[in-house]
Amino acid sequence: MIIIEDLVRRFGTFTAVGGISLRVNKGEVLGFLGPNGAGKSTTMKMITGFLAPSEGRISVCGHDVVEQQFEAQTAIGYLPEGAPAYPDMTPVQFLGFIAQVRGLKGDAASKAIETAVARTGLQSVLDQKIETLSKGFKRRVGLAQAILHDPPVLIMDEPTDGLDPNQKQAVRSLIRAMSANKAIIISTHILEEVDAVCSRAVIIDKGKIVADGTPAELLAMSPTKRFDDVFRSLTTPDAEIKIEGAL
Amino acid sequence: MSFWNATNAVFRREFAGYFATPVAYVFIVIFLLAMGAFTFYFGMFFLSGRAELDVFFGFHPWVYLFLLPAISMRLWAEEQKSGTIELLMTLPVPVMAAVVGKFLAAWAFAGIALLLTFPMWVTVNFLGSPDNGVIFASYFGSWLMAGAYIAIGSAVSSMTNNQIIAFVVSVVICFMFTIAGHNIVLDFFQGWAPVFLVNAISSFSFLTHFNAIMNGVIDLRDLVFFGSLIALSLFINAVVIDLKRAD
Repeated sequence: MIIIEDLVRRFGTFTAVGGISLRVNKGEVLGFLGPNGAGKSTTMKMITGFLAPSEGRISVCGHDVVEQQFEAQTAIGYLPEGAPAYPDMTPVQFLGFIAQVRGLKGDAASKAIETAVARTGLQSVLDQKIETLSKGFKRRVGLAQAILHDPPVLIMDEPTDGLDPNQKQAVRSLIRAMSANKAIIISTHILEEVDAVCSRAVIIDKGKIVADGTPAELLAMSPTKRFDDVFRSLTTPDAEIKIEGAL
Repeated sequence: MSFWNATNAVFRREFAGYFATPVAYVFIVIFLLAMGAFTFYFGMFFLSGRAELDVFFGFHPWVYLFLLPAISMRLWAEEQKSGTIELLMTLPVPVMAAVVGKFLAAWAFAGIALLLTFPMWVTVNFLGSPDNGVIFASYFGSWLMAGAYIAIGSAVSSMTNNQIIAFVVSVVICFMFTIAGHNIVLDFFQGWAPVFLVNAISSFSFLTHFNAIMNGVIDLRDLVFFGSLIALSLFINAVVIDLKRAD
């Protein structure tokens, strides 16, 4: 459902994504791992049509993201990093706006909103302004927005960031429940999440894929059988170098 | 997903946004106070002893100059600052539809503020028998001019994520357009620039075009002037937003 070929993205002289090729099929939950600045968010922004690729092609459900942008975007539900939403709206107004933009009307719109609200557990805060909501609720508003039109492709940038353990659990079950008939990409820092929800994990470092396999296959790469060690052995510990240098 | 459906959704969200915060009420109160103060205090409306509103309309460009950039500054700068631009641009919304929807919302809001000055019209009709045709033409011209100020402000707002910068730059650009026909500006060019250039600069003056309408003559040239300035500004606005994808 998602086909990425030789994707490159440069910002000036800096190459954020340096030639990524990926295929994600229906039923797969792909975990996107990598240190901060590895190019996870940039890749997601290109898949969703927010950033134009410098090179390469992306196709979503058979639609080229650059040439058939709106067809592709119609097929995608996207949770951007930090779950941005209009702070002066209430969740119900916000979801109403998304439904209208997505072309849902009348009964179809109210039904879609109802389902998304129920799945993300937003009932208690429907009429509070989004700016007054806790981080966890804000994240769930972003999730509800992404799944509102029941898209065949879901792209979520750190969907569980800032949630408490119960909420994390709830979001993971939601992702698992939706995974059967969708192609899902999530990015995360939390390695245990990969095991919990992903059917496949891709580790990227400095804009390139350094590992691609099922969680079990990745674990097998390290003698200690720990994700932390796999992650550390494959990625560049940028921050650590700086700290040592400072000392 | 049609263009107008998206425009309509953006328009409604944006328009409701003014009234979701105190912005709308503060703006309308200040706008009406400023209009009243200028007309009655500085314009000496009662001393003039004439039943006409040209003193009132004569101050419109100056009130607009400072108040309308305050309306337009948030249109794009706020989205870019809070990250909601990523949400908006990954929904199947054509850039131009978002630009037009936002512009129309701000313009409609300015129209409401303008309509609320109707007590002026009532007063002048109570005191004498003004030429209501001229007054309606002036109201229409004033609203059209307001559209030009907002469109310029919207284009400036798209170039920054800082609302204060958007405000200050918009005021400066709008000021130049306002007084382009005035001697202060023309004297600067007259010494060295060819006559056609001086004439061209002077023809960009809001004051000249608005004064023509205020005399009760709705000339096609004035309509075309404001109309094409709005269209050009919105086009630049859309191009700027689009360029940021590839930036």
